[in-house]
Amino acid sequence: MNILNILDEIEKVDAEVYERLNPRRKAMKEFFNFGTKVAAASIPFAIGSMFKTAYGQTTASVEQVLQYALTLEYLEAEFYVKGVAAAGLIPAGASVAAITTIRDHENQHVAFLRSAITGLGKTPVSKPTFDFSAGNGSGTGPFATVFTNYDIFLAVAQVFEDTGVRAYKGQAPNLLRQGAVLTAALNIHSVEGRHAAKIRQMRKARGANVKPWITGKDNGIGLAAVQPSYDGEDLDTQAGIKITGINGQSISSNAATESFDEPLTMGQVLAIVDPFIV
Amino acid sequence: MKNLSKAEDQALIKEQDFFSSKLERRSFLRFAGAGAAGIALVAAGCKKDEKAEVGVYLGSGDVGILNYAYALEQLEAAFYVQVATSFYSGATQAEKDILIDIRDHEVAHREFFKNALGANAIGGLEVNFSSINFSDRTSVLGTAKAFEDLGVSAYNGAGFLFRDAGYLTLAGKIVSVEARHAATIRELIAPNSFANSEVIDANGLDKSRMPAEVLSIAGAFIKTKINANDLPTS
Repeated sequence: MNILNILDEIEKVDAEVYERLNPRRKAMKEFFNFGTKVAAASIPFAIGSMFKTAYGQTTASVEQVLQYALTLEYLEAEFYVKGVAAAGLIPAGASVAAITTIRDHENQHVAFLRSAITGLGKTPVSKPTFDFSAGNGSGTGPFATVFTNYDIFLAVAQVFEDTGVRAYKGQAPNLLRQGAVLTAALNIHSVEGRHAAKIRQMRKARGANVKPWITGKDNGIGLAAVQPSYDGEDLDTQAGIKITGINGQSISSNAATESFDEPLTMGQVLAIVDPFIV
Repeated sequence: MKNLSKAEDQALIKEQDFFSSKLERRSFLRFAGAGAAGIALVAAGCKKDEKAEVGVYLGSGDVGILNYAYALEQLEAAFYVQVATSFYSGATQAEKDILIDIRDHEVAHREFFKNALGANAIGGLEVNFSSINFSDRTSVLGTAKAFEDLGVSAYNGAGFLFRDAGYLTLAGKIVSVEARHAATIRELIAPNSFANSEVIDANGLDKSRMPAEVLSIAGAFIKTKINANDLPTS
């Protein structure tokens, strides 16, 4: 079961991961083994809530944040590398140029994070094996045609970029007062935001009902499987201040939710990417 | 500014000339260095207890950073309000839809900061858009691009100055929306310029700018003098 791989990776930087999730480590492993046999479909939800409980209220170290970011960048980088390499997938010309630009950025993020981690005197986590069908290694997940169907490819790209934005945002508090590390993370965060807007425009040009920004918690894809990447984006109260109609301005509920992107916790993001990791 | 020396006084007058003079859109970046020097002179010429006399005073600490963001959002919102009041000639419906959305987002940001700051909020800034031709697509979108890229770099550069994690998160919630705006405006100007080498370096990183640099650039569009003397720098 892939989740054990993730837990093992986390355990390398957080020896107490199993204890955070459940004091009885053996019971945890048994639970996951049991889960694969009887209720694979319901597992992501159970995992998500467990991670949320375990990490939602605690702080991660700088190294943990960087290792986590590296894992997500590995995912994005390999996704675009394979996409660009897939013959006939991306229309020649402007489309392949755009995806190539994004691919290059993600590769640069991988290299940058690896060197940042090395700079801390730590060893970068190794690249997981990915299944971009979101099938946990089966290759037959909901996005099985991701490298043959361009619209599916762009949909997955949108989910990765929007999730990436939310993932970096969620880690900013863990890098509070960390100077250059925080600034670098923010400088990656906004690049992911630019990517997200571009991918959304590319989807819109092909008929998808999306804007460059996230409206409400609409995923703009129509698949329940991607909804966890958008849940919570419909927040229209910030720091206790209601944004819709604020101070008598004609700010609609949609505009209010578009104006602020929302963070995701490490646990929420790991649950989202779990199906993509073998 | 009672006990300014004559030299400082003249520097201040020059500074005011700089901010109010008509500058071509492309030239404000070239003048950015001069603006920064001007701000430094103003800073040197002011005693602590006189700070309230020099335009609006942003304050110190996290409040100062929030007021700094509020000032930038005021500038952006005022710009898009004017853009959407009378669109440039030839604006397509798709372009109007985008610009109206962005206007609403920037107004929402502005009003949010105003309420969040409460009694600590600076007043309304007077803008100077004399260098912008609002009936011309190139002028409007070029200015929008400059503002959005500047906003992204401003939030990126201010993040590490926050002491409070909640404020940092709020700034993070806004900056990615500014990045979405920047990419979208850039695509209206030139296909595939959403994250080109003007803004993204060889490590795949976006720009970050410190408040002094940002304010010297934005100053070309703001009449009200902004006193950022007590903003944190580390």
